[in-house]
Amino acid sequence: MSESSGKKGASRRQFLTSVAAVGAGAVAAGASRAATPDPLITEVQEWARATGDGVDASPYGLPIEYEGDVIRRNVEWLTADTISSINFTPIHALDGTITPQGCAFERHHSGAIALKKEDYRLMINGLVDQPLVFTYADLERFPRENHVYFCECAANSGMEWAGAQLNGAQFTHGMIHNMEYSGVSLRTLLEEAGLGAAGDLSDKWVYVEGADASSNGRSIPMEKALDDCLIAFKANGEALRKEHGYPVRLVVPGWEGNMWVKWLRRIEVMDGPVESREETSKYTDTLADGTSRKWTWVMDAKSVITSPSPQAPIAHGPGPLVITGLAWSGRGAITGVDVSLDGGISWQPARLAAPGQDKALTRFYLDINWDGSEMLLQSRARDESGYVQPTKAQLREVRGLNSIYHNNAIQTWWVKASGEAENVEVS
Amino acid sequence: MSKFPKLTLTASLAALMLAAPVSAGNYGLGRPALPEEIAAWDLDVSPDGTGLPAGSGSVEDGEAIFADYCAICHGDFAEGVDNWPKLAGGEGTLDREDPLKTVGSYWPYLTTTWDYVNRSMPFGNAQTLTPNEVYAIVAYILYSNDLVDDDFVLSNENLLDVELPNAEGFILDDRETAEAHFWTNEPCMSDCKDSVEITMRAMVLDVTPEETRAKKVQELIRRTKPEPSREEVKAPAEAAEQPAAETASASAVDPELVAAGESVFKKCKACHQVGADAKNKTGPLLNGIVGAPAGHVDGFKYSKAMQEAAEGGLVWSDAELAAFLTKPKDYMKGTKMSFAGLKKDEEIEAVIAYLKSFE
Repeated sequence: MSESSGKKGASRRQFLTSVAAVGAGAVAAGASRAATPDPLITEVQEWARATGDGVDASPYGLPIEYEGDVIRRNVEWLTADTISSINFTPIHALDGTITPQGCAFERHHSGAIALKKEDYRLMINGLVDQPLVFTYADLERFPRENHVYFCECAANSGMEWAGAQLNGAQFTHGMIHNMEYSGVSLRTLLEEAGLGAAGDLSDKWVYVEGADASSNGRSIPMEKALDDCLIAFKANGEALRKEHGYPVRLVVPGWEGNMWVKWLRRIEVMDGPVESREETSKYTDTLADGTSRKWTWVMDAKSVITSPSPQAPIAHGPGPLVITGLAWSGRGAITGVDVSLDGGISWQPARLAAPGQDKALTRFYLDINWDGSEMLLQSRARDESGYVQPTKAQLREVRGLNSIYHNNAIQTWWVKASGEAENVEVS
Repeated sequence: MSKFPKLTLTASLAALMLAAPVSAGNYGLGRPALPEEIAAWDLDVSPDGTGLPAGSGSVEDGEAIFADYCAICHGDFAEGVDNWPKLAGGEGTLDREDPLKTVGSYWPYLTTTWDYVNRSMPFGNAQTLTPNEVYAIVAYILYSNDLVDDDFVLSNENLLDVELPNAEGFILDDRETAEAHFWTNEPCMSDCKDSVEITMRAMVLDVTPEETRAKKVQELIRRTKPEPSREEVKAPAEAAEQPAAETASASAVDPELVAAGESVFKKCKACHQVGADAKNKTGPLLNGIVGAPAGHVDGFKYSKAMQEAAEGGLVWSDAELAAFLTKPKDYMKGTKMSFAGLKKDEEIEAVIAYLKSFE
């Protein structure tokens, strides 16, 4: 209840502030004055008189109904059918870095399946000393690790390659989530089956495959498989959600989301890549001359201002304004984020909420005193490899307009004097 | 206290067992995979042909099978229906605006096509095709792309001989060299350019989903109305009563059977929708289908066979629907519904009960 009353109070205050600011005709400096006593304070409110829900009201809770608009959304025209489709995380309305599972984007190729732990089997075969089958209970007996990683679909921002299209950070950048995973390292399982039979590991591959009807499978070089891949069964402390691969998914840190095979059922050690549908006809980047890059697994450094943004306009008028956003890199930790208010002419370093973590989301803030004039807001991420997030023009110069995937360009929001924001491109 | 010695004994026995050489592993967990199990799951096919089973299929057979299983989404000529993937055409478009990427114009390996059709298709009924059917479908896709003649027969013997036009069209990730200039370390902080102009606006296209469009945002900003009054706060309680009422009306039929039917309906969901927001998809929406005349759903383009049946006065009684669902293609030659049928009578009974729950 305190949460709801706090929210109401804040909205009421915003309302009064804007009225006061208009009345005074000046940028607010210091606290505004109230013209009349606030009935939310002077009158006893319903929630302060009567009692609220008992502890048995919601054994597993959902967000309060006032947050009902903070949901995953999809773009209907994007795909033929929602069963083989994608939706978007409401990043414009979230803060911090951990994405709650219930609103973390989903991408299915044949729908989210319901697979019981008891019916779950994981096979390791191919060039191993002993092909093995594990049950879910077996997996829980291996030493476990916890890591926070972002998962970004290679097509995130894909609709923006040829021009500004979608009006909202959720739609332009919402094919991403960031969770704390608990699970067993892929290396542990591969070693359990024994890699002696594979001989020289430097040119070997691991093919991973899901149990759903799409049979989504991807080939991963052995070096990555033995580095930091994780067989995950918990996210943010609880079991994976159905839509994220319950009971077991693969985590491939820093690499495109399609490789994070859900409902993981098989791991095959091979001497070459399978060149499956999703690693040839899809998730390959076509350049201007018609040739296409393949094996573009790493997600380069990227950032976006989540608020203000088209779905999160400035509602309070001039004065103190929190500009915030997210930054990430598949090549390591974010070392810095710069923000521009003028479309990239000048930049200032944003404040990182915490030091950047390896292949995980970083939250940044820039606290300004907004004078109420228009802004062309941009953010620019830097990572520990020395990579600096490029502009759209820089990306297009190398890749042309047809790449679809791996668009990590700088995003521009045109914030108007009214506080509304629009997705634009600038010179 | 008496349990302690036993526990110690068990623990030391376990330690002994672990110490003994179990297999390659460090933990002795899992069990050896049986050859039959590996054969059932290890189906992937590599570009060198590893994994291709023996078999063959002709363009002619492929055309018929494609019409039955694939054409409903991909079109009779693999040209694609609505937003479903086009499998043919597009050659020479890769360096143009909006390239058309098909098996013929883009896919580098034919093994990939065989593997994908075999393991992931048909959509909603995957892993049901025989190897010969897969060879035939792939042969027909080649034919649709003008890559083979109409008398062509594809088999495990000649599949690797078919070279796809874009086989040499791929390069390995070269970002670290081609985009080396992005690794600038210290970016520009001031006077980075002389001026800035807006060159494109999302509002011009405005393809953002309706409910989140700019108008709503404007409303949000201009809303000066105070927060909900006490009456409005009560509203959720009223809303909560509605689902209860719905449950009451649905309980007229056997709820267990309906639940079982919901599970069976998963097989139908790739093409059909039911419920308040149901729309025509690949197949017509099915609200109120039981007891309704055939071919009655507005806006759905039925097959000629279904139109004729409708004109003949066919009504979807329980019995007619059950007969149709047992083997759709046998019941109605020429139906667009490419579904093999429900094998068990219980499944049919359940799915009809489920369909009855949507008026």
